[in-house]
Amino acid sequence: MAEQETMIKLDGLKKYFVVKSGLIKTKKQYVRAVDEISLEIKTGEVVGLVGESGSGKTTLARVVLGLTKMTGGDVYIDGVDLAHASRQDMKKLRREIAVVFQDPLSNLNPRQTVESSIMRPMLIHGVPKAEAKQKAKEVLDMVKMDQRYLNSFPHQLSGGQLQRIAIARALALNPKIMILDEPTSALDVSVQAQILNLLIELQEDLHLTYLVITHDLNVIKYISDKIAVMYLGRLVEFGTTEDIAKNPLHPYTRSLMASAPVLDPRLRREDKELLKGDPGSLMKIGAGCRFADRCPYATEECKNSEPEVTYVNEHHQVNCYHPLGEVK
Amino acid sequence: MSKKKEKANKPKKVILNQRFDDTFRQCIHNSNFMIGFFIILSVILIAVFSGVLEPYPYDEQMVGPRLEGPSWEHWFGTDNYGRDELSRVIEGSKLALWVAFLGASVELALGITIGLAMGYFGKWVDRTFSFLTDLTWCIPGTILALAVVTIIGKGLTNTIIAVSLVAWAGYARPVRSKTMSLKNMAFIETGRAFGESSRAIMFKYIFPNVVPSLIVMVSMNLPGTIMSTTTLSYLGLGSQPPSADWGLALSDGMKFISRAPWLSIYPGLALVYTTLGFNLLGEGLRDILDPHMKSQ
Amino acid sequence: MGEKLLELKDLSIDYKIKDGYLSAVNKVNFTIDRGEVFAIVGESGCGKSTLAHSILRLLPGGNEIVTGEIHFKDEDLTLVDQERMEHVRGKEIGMIFQNPLDSLNPVFRVGDQIEEALLLDDMSEEDAYKRVIELFKDVKMPDAEERAKSFPHELSGGMRQRVMIAMMLSRNPELLIADEPTTALDVTIEAQILEILKQMKKEFNAAIMLITHNFGLVAEIADKIGVMYAGEMVEQGDVFEIFENPQHPYTKLLMKALPSGTKNDGRLQTIDGSVPRITEKKPECRFANRCPLADEKCRTENPPMEWISDTHYCKCFHLGEEEK
Repeated sequence: MAEQETMIKLDGLKKYFVVKSGLIKTKKQYVRAVDEISLEIKTGEVVGLVGESGSGKTTLARVVLGLTKMTGGDVYIDGVDLAHASRQDMKKLRREIAVVFQDPLSNLNPRQTVESSIMRPMLIHGVPKAEAKQKAKEVLDMVKMDQRYLNSFPHQLSGGQLQRIAIARALALNPKIMILDEPTSALDVSVQAQILNLLIELQEDLHLTYLVITHDLNVIKYISDKIAVMYLGRLVEFGTTEDIAKNPLHPYTRSLMASAPVLDPRLRREDKELLKGDPGSLMKIGAGCRFADRCPYATEECKNSEPEVTYVNEHHQVNCYHPLGEVK
Repeated sequence: MSKKKEKANKPKKVILNQRFDDTFRQCIHNSNFMIGFFIILSVILIAVFSGVLEPYPYDEQMVGPRLEGPSWEHWFGTDNYGRDELSRVIEGSKLALWVAFLGASVELALGITIGLAMGYFGKWVDRTFSFLTDLTWCIPGTILALAVVTIIGKGLTNTIIAVSLVAWAGYARPVRSKTMSLKNMAFIETGRAFGESSRAIMFKYIFPNVVPSLIVMVSMNLPGTIMSTTTLSYLGLGSQPPSADWGLALSDGMKFISRAPWLSIYPGLALVYTTLGFNLLGEGLRDILDPHMKSQ
Repeated sequence: MGEKLLELKDLSIDYKIKDGYLSAVNKVNFTIDRGEVFAIVGESGCGKSTLAHSILRLLPGGNEIVTGEIHFKDEDLTLVDQERMEHVRGKEIGMIFQNPLDSLNPVFRVGDQIEEALLLDDMSEEDAYKRVIELFKDVKMPDAEERAKSFPHELSGGMRQRVMIAMMLSRNPELLIADEPTTALDVTIEAQILEILKQMKKEFNAAIMLITHNFGLVAEIADKIGVMYAGEMVEQGDVFEIFENPQHPYTKLLMKALPSGTKNDGRLQTIDGSVPRITEKKPECRFANRCPLADEKCRTENPPMEWISDTHYCKCFHLGEEEK
């Protein structure tokens, strides 16, 4: 891989939510949904963000999309400082980042035709109507959908078709970055394969940068160049797909990979190294490592203070006092 | 490949037609809807052709003897000024529809805008207007409207505005909750992500998805508006003489209730007929457009 | 293997719709032995859930027509009366669903919900409570005593599914029907639930009918698989045989559509077209319109059941042929 420029850079990103509880004496509590996350995504890279529910992966995506304000830290997208972006910069960013969400049906406005759904982003950004109409046809072609669907309404289409249209709309403004939030989770296996292949093709042809969020480990391994693993708001490990899949350093990454179903009954293991307990709650986070309660290698140190990010090599970072490599 | 797609597309078109057919068929088979529809249609036709239908000018005095019972010349009898009651009841239908139209417009404009803002912005906007809607909830509407009329002055239009200023809350609440459930849906987040303004999100994205339930709400709420306005007219704050308003007619008729009951009965029946029509129409529409509510 | 517990013979389910019938399940045959895990795999709309629900007569609405036989132990469940069916549902066949929150009563503590069923069996309150705690420990519920006092909304998805399994275990069913039991759960929790199911099978010799779209689950736990497509069981057999040597073009394509490597190892196989809506039953292979091997015969004749081995059959005219 040649040296590439940085497209997205998160530096100590924090997003806290305030929760008030109690009737008379209100107690303010912070939910640290995303806490001190630093990572870099290069132009043309596909980064998979994986984590269980409550890990903060969707919140992270919403911050990058500018849908919610960060609490602290810095986010740079294509050279723009998100926290201090001017209106002009924001407008530029909105053109450059596109998003596709999970649920095919709610991805599109149920009362708009496919054509007006696709044209809408272009019209907002001042593309003339005739040009937008032409472009709508082009992007529909790009996602391999027939133009007859331009006048259809969402309820007339299947999940796979809807997801293609959501992707077409995302492409309408020639974005540089696509954020894909569980793009295939609601689809059947055979349709999922079509959409995944389409996404890879588009990424390669248009040299897009992808941030793919999913809980499906097999999907993430298939589509990503690099994988970022989140656990309760922290980034526990970030590295190339190969490193994460074959040589995970964080105990959580390792158990996560072990939990992924293997598509071969012969590799069925009787005694899997299973994680015990539930992921826990963001509301109850102690001083130590957030994974300490479930970690088989946890020590006093882990329970008392949070580990810092360690760089194993240029492309591999891990957030653990006892990375598994050392244990060996 | 394209052939296959064509095949896959065809049945869907049929389904679309079926959906339309289904709605149409459901309308025809829904007796509430059909009865309500024909009642309201008849009221509209009467109002439109009132000029032709009224046997005498509604406000001309002494077209017959005073306080005479129903007869061949005067089907609904005459009032204390010798005006033809039938003509007056027919003329009143125009006013009733005007009340329905203006009332619904003002209520909707307020209710939708405020409801959308409450649901979309939340926080203090929601808290402030929630307080107001709660207020209209716990003070009887008519009394509140009475207070408003005394401030802005008598007259039918003012009365309608007063009633609407109270009744918008009936729309704002459901619009608010629908907005709250819609605003986190993916297509809205996507819209925001590509730079859609808040106003566009509210009126281009959320509003069209609220419309179907609004249609039902309007026809369910209209009888209330008509009744409240009638009440205010009855109390002498709404339409002023010589208006043919049914509420006013009821109030005038009360003075002669024992001598000339027809002066109260016919406007009263007209009122019942119209509000019943809207109610039935609303119930029918609810069954057709809102299947979830039907099952409850 | 063991003794035969459930046998379906030519089970068909049709839905009456406005202008005719919709064939949801067509002539499905299979048997499940005691202590065996039988997985029914297929994509949405293949009829797998309808099939599972029909066994316990849990289909929603009155406009379905079930034909064929469902033999459970020594009776035909399609013929038994309502009272008997209720007994079967409670005691002999248990069912768990995808979303456990819907299956639990939100206003009662979860421990009490299980206890209630036990009390009906003339168990003393004290014993029932002990049994609940025991069951919670069986399903590896953390802090069993504490959790028994929780309300459903206070529990995580994984814990709720554990409660459902505990509730089912309390009746010692001989057969468990699990309809997408882990679809709503995180992977690490999914793995834990799978372990519990495996343990149930081992310790209680329970038979499990697993309904899923997830081949990973099947590979992990099943003894036998049936692959369903558009209401028909197109291939059935021993799990090792099917994973090693899938025969039906649909099974083959589906397995190649599953991501297992990286994009650099080659692209995923896709299947063009979509599942047909079957409104008339005519002799044909229902996969013909999407099958790369389909010819005229596939469109006009029912493919027969071809036995590849004693434990593996497939319904296809073109066994052994490769895509041209």
